[in-house]
Amino acid sequence: MSVTSIRERMSGNEAVAEAIRQVNPDVMPAFPITPSTEIPQMVSSFIAGGKIDTEFIPVESEHSAMSAAIGSEAAGARTMTATSSAGLALMWEELLLAASNRLPIVLTLVNRTLSGPININCDHSDGMGARDTGWIQIYAENNQEAYDNYIQAFPIAEDKRVHLPVMICQDGFITSHAVENILLLPDEQVKEFVGTYEPEEYLLQPGKPIAVGPYSISAYAMEAKKAQAVAMENAREVIKEVADRFAQMSGRQYGFFESYRLEDAEYVMLIMGSAAGTAKQAVDELRESGVKAGVLKLRVFRPFPEKEIAEALKNAKAVAIMDRVESYNGNCGPLGSEVTAGLFRNKVFIDTVCYTYGLAGRDFTTDNVKEIFGELQGLVCEGKQVPHNRYIGLRTREEQ
Amino acid sequence: MSKGNHGLKQMLRQPERLTPGHRMCAGCGATIAVRAVLRGLKQEDHAVIGNATGCLEVSSYMYPYTSWEDSYIHNAFENAGATLGGVETAYKVLKKKGKLGEEDTYKFITFGGDGGTYDIGLQSLSGAMERGHDMVYVCYDNGAYMNTGIQRSSATPMYADTTTTPVGVNSNGKIQYRKDLAAIIAEHYVPYVAQSTLTRDFTDLHRKSEKAIYTEGPAFLNLCTPCPRGWRYPMEDVMEICRLAVETCYWPLFEVDEGKWILNYSPKKKLPIEDFLRPQGRFAHLFKPENEHLIELFQQEVDKRWEDLLYRCNRE
Repeated sequence: MSVTSIRERMSGNEAVAEAIRQVNPDVMPAFPITPSTEIPQMVSSFIAGGKIDTEFIPVESEHSAMSAAIGSEAAGARTMTATSSAGLALMWEELLLAASNRLPIVLTLVNRTLSGPININCDHSDGMGARDTGWIQIYAENNQEAYDNYIQAFPIAEDKRVHLPVMICQDGFITSHAVENILLLPDEQVKEFVGTYEPEEYLLQPGKPIAVGPYSISAYAMEAKKAQAVAMENAREVIKEVADRFAQMSGRQYGFFESYRLEDAEYVMLIMGSAAGTAKQAVDELRESGVKAGVLKLRVFRPFPEKEIAEALKNAKAVAIMDRVESYNGNCGPLGSEVTAGLFRNKVFIDTVCYTYGLAGRDFTTDNVKEIFGELQGLVCEGKQVPHNRYIGLRTREEQ
Repeated sequence: MSKGNHGLKQMLRQPERLTPGHRMCAGCGATIAVRAVLRGLKQEDHAVIGNATGCLEVSSYMYPYTSWEDSYIHNAFENAGATLGGVETAYKVLKKKGKLGEEDTYKFITFGGDGGTYDIGLQSLSGAMERGHDMVYVCYDNGAYMNTGIQRSSATPMYADTTTTPVGVNSNGKIQYRKDLAAIIAEHYVPYVAQSTLTRDFTDLHRKSEKAIYTEGPAFLNLCTPCPRGWRYPMEDVMEICRLAVETCYWPLFEVDEGKWILNYSPKKKLPIEDFLRPQGRFAHLFKPENEHLIELFQQEVDKRWEDLLYRCNRE
């Protein structure tokens, strides 16, 4: 397929709204919350302007947004919603039900910190708080990836081997509101790529009634949970297939993660979201001065690509694992825990340091990145001890 | 009152849409009410039944068995309104996009107990009513959280002995009056709201169910459905308990049709509230000599609310 792209300039929210316009989903229940509010606003404008025929449900809360999404998707309609932060937290119970009812809902999450203190800026505490709800989670570095990931979400979610909801994540304000260049795909190509939604079983099939959401006794419930876990396993293959198909259409190839100057890297930063751009910039500068630095930018967090990460890091000397969330567990953030466990299980015994960065919109700079790479080098070359979990970019006592 | 087309014999000839074999308690008022509501559906019409978490849900759809002849969805406790609103919206889309035929008519009915409706699900219910989904929300009000073991709700009557308002030396049961949910939903100015219960010939409930189901837009039914376990009366007395609820004016039969309040039944001789309270174990403490004044207060509240209702129904 020949690649035809349309050059544009837009924010991450606009990019996702544009993808929604192209997909033209059947139903969108949503409730506004900063910084994702623009998405339901723009969809409402598309509907008002006759550009799409999606039914928008202006629900009275995010809990009802996900509840209505579950009802709608179970009834056979392709359904999506958007939210951030406390909105996702309020949906939490329903996130679990969307996944366990095996409903391929797509949620676009504009990452924002969870209260408190209340703050509207970016970190990953919302998405990470929902990491074990059974949703596939794909994170974007920029507006282009948010757009591309969104288009891939429906074919992944609706694949018969998967049948799971998908969360497409982008960083609040940094990505959602910053205007950048982007390559859009023609409407028809997107529509063809996504296809029509043809569920096997749904509530509104005359003569074929179904029941959704049973009470399940202990004799059956465990098998249901295992089946759901198998679906998440199956998603690995499907995510790759969809990415390959997307590459044929767009020329942009995605995987579980992006390896940036990783081939011969001795020191690696493993990071997710918009800060990967900062990390890459700093790595370029470090390479100029002879440091063999690289970045592993995680794209797919659920299912977690443990083996692939271990394989990619096996020749490194040390890795900085970057969490944009505080887990309050006295240990480290979710990436820190899961990556180190993955390395150990795959017998990749390299030094690791877990860093907490960028909470509640705290800037993350190339200087921060260089400081971290310096610590990794000090650890490996000079045996300088670094705490296994440490904050970067925190005010010092003098700066308070 | 005219029976119209709702003669009991004729209504009972319809096939059951909640089939036997479910696990609800013997004598459960909710089950009787649900079956009656579903008789309001035309046989040729399909339905999607929603259900808040509660007795009805855990007892009627226990994997791998369902008692429901129609499509059915249970989501969670507090969101039956939003969930069925989502289903109804999907129906509109599938119709619009030609995925459902002209002849395929679906109706949307959701059931919730008073816990899932008056309390934890009130926001979701209010939202669904305000947005105007073409659906019926049916509250089977048995006046406490029966599924978890008789805890008080905002629908529990004053002085009831429940497991979170237990009677003791320092307690005469629930302190507060009950919430008037039918009035709250009527204040949403939805097309149709009605209150009913299990009456001798079921005419009132059958008629209101059909009306609610076939009224375009949101409708709400509030049904008094006694629970023999929680109210502590012999299970075979369910119909008598309902009769007393109506004859004492504790549970008046009324409807609000396009904003017009209509009283459907006025007892010739209003019975004293004792008659409703005495058969129920949850009010046994009120009949100790030292608690006579509490029955008096209960009576005053019933009278006040009855007068309010008469005012609403008689105003021009």
